[in-house]
Amino acid sequence: MSLTLEQVQRIAHLARIEVSESEALTTQVHLNGIFELIEQMQAVDTRGVEPMAHAQDLSQRLRDDAVSETDRRAAFQAVAPETEAGLYLVPKVIE
Amino acid sequence: MKQWEVVIGIETHAQLATVSKIFSGASTAFGAEPNTQACAVDLALPGVLPVLNKKAVECAIRFGLAIGAHVAPKSVFARKNYFYPDLPKGYQISQMDLPVVVGGQLTLQVGSGDKAYEKVVTLTRAHLEEDAGKSLHEDFQGKSGIDLNRAGTPLLEIVTEPDMRSSDEAVAYARALHALVRWIGICDGNMQEGSFRCDANVSVRPKGQAEYGTRREIKNLNSFRFLKEAIDFEVQWQINEIEEGRKIQQATVLFDPDTGETRTMRTKEDAHDYRYFPDPDLLPLVIGEDWIARVRNELPELPQQKRERFINELGLSAYDAATLTASQEMADYFESTVAVAGKTSAKPCANWVMVDLAARLNKEDRDIAASPVSPEQLGGLILRIADNTISNNIAKKVFEALWLGEGATADQVIEKQGLKQITDSGAIEKLVDDVLAANAANVAEFKAGKEKAFNSLVGQVMKAAKGKANPQQVNDLLKAKLAE
Repeated sequence: MSLTLEQVQRIAHLARIEVSESEALTTQVHLNGIFELIEQMQAVDTRGVEPMAHAQDLSQRLRDDAVSETDRRAAFQAVAPETEAGLYLVPKVIE
Repeated sequence: MKQWEVVIGIETHAQLATVSKIFSGASTAFGAEPNTQACAVDLALPGVLPVLNKKAVECAIRFGLAIGAHVAPKSVFARKNYFYPDLPKGYQISQMDLPVVVGGQLTLQVGSGDKAYEKVVTLTRAHLEEDAGKSLHEDFQGKSGIDLNRAGTPLLEIVTEPDMRSSDEAVAYARALHALVRWIGICDGNMQEGSFRCDANVSVRPKGQAEYGTRREIKNLNSFRFLKEAIDFEVQWQINEIEEGRKIQQATVLFDPDTGETRTMRTKEDAHDYRYFPDPDLLPLVIGEDWIARVRNELPELPQQKRERFINELGLSAYDAATLTASQEMADYFESTVAVAGKTSAKPCANWVMVDLAARLNKEDRDIAASPVSPEQLGGLILRIADNTISNNIAKKVFEALWLGEGATADQVIEKQGLKQITDSGAIEKLVDDVLAANAANVAEFKAGKEKAFNSLVGQVMKAAKGKANPQQVNDLLKAKLAE
């Protein structure tokens, strides 16, 4: 499997990464190199091997349901570009 | 004209009843000042890591067991990637390939009276995920305001198979699910606050066709009425489109309660590509047999089990049993009433709770849990009907007196207001004789074959007795006297 230039540009758009025509070409070469590696890996017979969801063979630690955080809005909003009435302001978004 | 079949599947987001968020220790309390309950994890500040809330997992297990589903011994959290300002991480933590709850079913009662029927809806899955924040689009100098208090609130997304065939079935399902999540205490069910919201996938197809039509998804319906209105509008719209020769395009639509119409939000071409992948910040969620067994032990008797018990042990109809198990509060009230009145009076208890009490509560817009008449008082009242101390009609008066607080028990009201039924046949006979003597015209009419005249005579006797004569005895005596 290999990616077309169009697919590379769509992935870049989904990830909100701006790529120029020449960057897209380089990225296409890099990504296809990775796909080649994956193809090699896929040639290995993995029947009977349970897929792993994580690199570590451990399970999720759980915490008790209790409120441990206090209100630190002032500190967090001190580094925000713009706030008003306790809200973070962002360029207008309406879907 | 072609017959159309409606096909509906529903996805519900139920906010889980935890005090803290699913991956952080920030509070989930509703109504706080903006961003005062959004901590570093919820804001996705660099270096933070999610730690899963045990109670949220336990809620999912409870739900899985309550619907007879498979609770996965191992499930995996995945990242659902998309960009929106109310989602600071750039992805929502959700579950994709390995959800925590798989399968299950819900039995519901659709319609009422003679037209009522039972329907089984199969559930596909239920998975844990976090809610996003809120965008406020009022004018902040041409900008949007973001409140992240809701970001990270635990949700259980519950997905059905496309099993429903009408908006009524969809509403019956949503109501049954709403009752169940409250019943097992995993969600407060507050729809105004967004704790329980439904998306409906709707398509139509010619009756008899095996393949499904193209579906459109109506997003974020937060009342049962909107759910019904949105589906009804959408179905009619789709049928019109097809009958006018157009094709339905797969799309996500929004319902506008003001116009009662649905409108397209995005079509398949610009549908999100979420690029799910397992979240490396979270290890697989392992749920042991012992945990499942403990949760199973703690489950209350479920609506379905209660319904069957009401039918089998108390002899109620399926409809009555379903109505009385619509909420835990209602079922508790009914059972407490029966505990006083006795199982032999289960049917009258059901009628009083479903009809008289419900109507009175409705009139004052009160909840059954806040009823001025307690189940013990109502049970005591029904006891007095059963042992013929009072008639049903007088009982209504006593009920009203109890409602208004004019007595602590039915017995007290009956005593104080002198409502005890006259069962002394000598006394009743005297009343009957007086009425017959004073209403010769009615007697003549009855003897001439006018059945109605008999009712008028019964009415006269009851009036003379101020409603307190035993109706059966009055009937019998009158019949006997008139036959003489």
